[in-house]
Amino acid sequence: MHSTDRSEDDASRSPQTGFRAWLNRRTGVDSLLRTALDEPIPGGARLAYIFGSGLLFIFLSQIITGIFLALYYVPAADHAHTTVAYMTKVVTAGSFLRSLHSYGASAMVIVLLLHLSQTYVYGAYKGRRELLWISGCVLFGLVMAMAFSGYLLPWDQRAYFATAVGTNAIGEVPLVGGMLTRLVRGGTEMGTLTISRFFVAHVFFIPACIFALVASHIFLFRNAGAAGPATENPYKPTSKSEPFYPRQVFMDLSLTALLLVGLGLLAFFVAVPLGPAADPANAQYVPRPEWYYLPIFQWLKYWHGSAAVIGILLIPMILIIAVIALPFLDRSIERRPWKRPVAIGAYAFVLFALVGLGLRSQYVDKHDPGVAQQIAKQRIEEQEYMRKPFEPDLSPASLAAANVVLADPLAAKGKTVFVAQSCNACHGDAGIGTVVAPALVGMSVKFTSDQLTDLFKHPTAKMNAGGMPPVELPPDDMKALIAYLESLK
Amino acid sequence: MSGRTDSGNMSRGKSSISGPRSSERRSFLGALLALGSCCIGALLSIPLIRFALFPLLRRTTDLEPSPLGPLIDFSSLSEPLSKTIQVEQVDGWRKEVSEKTVYVTKDSHGQLCVLSSICPHLGCTLPWVGSKNEFVCPCHGAVFAPDGSRVSGPARRGMDTLKTTTKDGQLLVRFQNFRQLVADKEVMD
Repeated sequence: MHSTDRSEDDASRSPQTGFRAWLNRRTGVDSLLRTALDEPIPGGARLAYIFGSGLLFIFLSQIITGIFLALYYVPAADHAHTTVAYMTKVVTAGSFLRSLHSYGASAMVIVLLLHLSQTYVYGAYKGRRELLWISGCVLFGLVMAMAFSGYLLPWDQRAYFATAVGTNAIGEVPLVGGMLTRLVRGGTEMGTLTISRFFVAHVFFIPACIFALVASHIFLFRNAGAAGPATENPYKPTSKSEPFYPRQVFMDLSLTALLLVGLGLLAFFVAVPLGPAADPANAQYVPRPEWYYLPIFQWLKYWHGSAAVIGILLIPMILIIAVIALPFLDRSIERRPWKRPVAIGAYAFVLFALVGLGLRSQYVDKHDPGVAQQIAKQRIEEQEYMRKPFEPDLSPASLAAANVVLADPLAAKGKTVFVAQSCNACHGDAGIGTVVAPALVGMSVKFTSDQLTDLFKHPTAKMNAGGMPPVELPPDDMKALIAYLESLK
Repeated sequence: MSGRTDSGNMSRGKSSISGPRSSERRSFLGALLALGSCCIGALLSIPLIRFALFPLLRRTTDLEPSPLGPLIDFSSLSEPLSKTIQVEQVDGWRKEVSEKTVYVTKDSHGQLCVLSSICPHLGCTLPWVGSKNEFVCPCHGAVFAPDGSRVSGPARRGMDTLKTTTKDGQLLVRFQNFRQLVADKEVMD
């Protein structure tokens, strides 16, 4: 009886047109969905568990907005800033999408910290979850690397100088620091190779790693099972379980919806600014990283000279190793936070230290009049740049034509001959060449002026075949024309 | 087929704590979630679509009108006057500046007009030959009158007139390329 009811219910939900059934036979989508949605959660659904899926959805939003931004972006030092300015100032919805992507990065870091905190405080790394925890730690690193590499791409002052400082910090690593900086930058200085590297890292390399790790993270999570409330045994949960769907799904999606709508409103009403193009020669610029890198930025200030090894290498390494090895170091099955004073104390200490460092950095900046003034000035420059209309880049062909505003009067006269004789009709403006005739740029390297004069009067068979007529000109005009051709380099 | 569905229900029955009522609720919630997700998805896809379709909605390759000089300069025109204009071709986020030669002249009604110097035959640049009071193409010998109308030669139409505007006493011209070898003027985009 019971079973009949349910199959009727199933029938009403999925019309038996045969398609659903066929699709299921071919793909097994029903059992896949069932596996995904019926994941048992010991102790039932809770708001505390929503951050993981929230992260997944922001990541998805980052991928989608990122792909669309790439429609207009060019990863090269001479175009990156112009293309970002173009999509921000000219392309419809461009400012919104860029802002959404930029705020999405911050949201990702925040939700990641919440996810990590929940896992830590609930002791959800315990039991058989060592690899799950480690894959999460690597994902944390990858997300921070995404934030770092993406920050440079607009190539404005803020991006350029923050990344210059960031990559300099890598150079502080003893022995291999200089090499690492060169590797990351693609040279000793920041330049177009730096953008290429950061772009490939941001768009191909790190996302590929994130896909792989998210897959293994979810696999390991399902393999170990949801940990449930902190009172639960990490190996054998005993409390009654509730399937993931519908209540947990509902909570998870509510957070996602809240995040997306919140980010959308923020991006719509408060556009992320784009500053003036990077000017490496600007010695006054006071670089400041994005908020999530401020603690590290401040921390690095305290370590100089021989002590730097301790502060820049030793302490961070110990911290990172301790965090990664946490499930091996803390083997007790006790999960309740109030029974784990050392673990919770250490966590609170690190958290307060990071927040304190970040706030300290802000405080120092505010109370140094020179720095505060310069930072305020930089913000005004950004606002002014945002208000200016978009100015397109001049294409290289234009520059060649513009260069022909010639110093040599003979060559200048030659240019009028060039135009009057219709040479430009086939050989293009400033002799840059067209589909019907070759470029004349650099001819003077191949031929002397006498040879050129001779070629004009007696074209070769190949020139004749191409439709090049003999050029008959008064000697003065011929001289001027040759002088002009020689100026085309 | 029903056997398949049944076995599916059996396996779900094991992990699920739902009865018929809760199953109903589940499908209602499912529909609600699907609807909500679709709404948010649709809302967020609007800017994405607008962003991607921008080149369809607005011209991303455009020519700006080029200045020719003050109108008074052309008031006492006795023969076509050759002018070099700077044409700004916008191409997405970059622009190309090229130079084109045009002729300012008077049409058959004595009105100021601007001719493209590109021969409508095969695209050579037409020089003004003052001694003959004609435009004569150096390539294939097409001949045009001072107002640009066709006189003789292989061209199938007269020289092409360009759209002009005036702004603050300045004559502006909008440069365009036209299809060659056809009898009627046809803009090439």
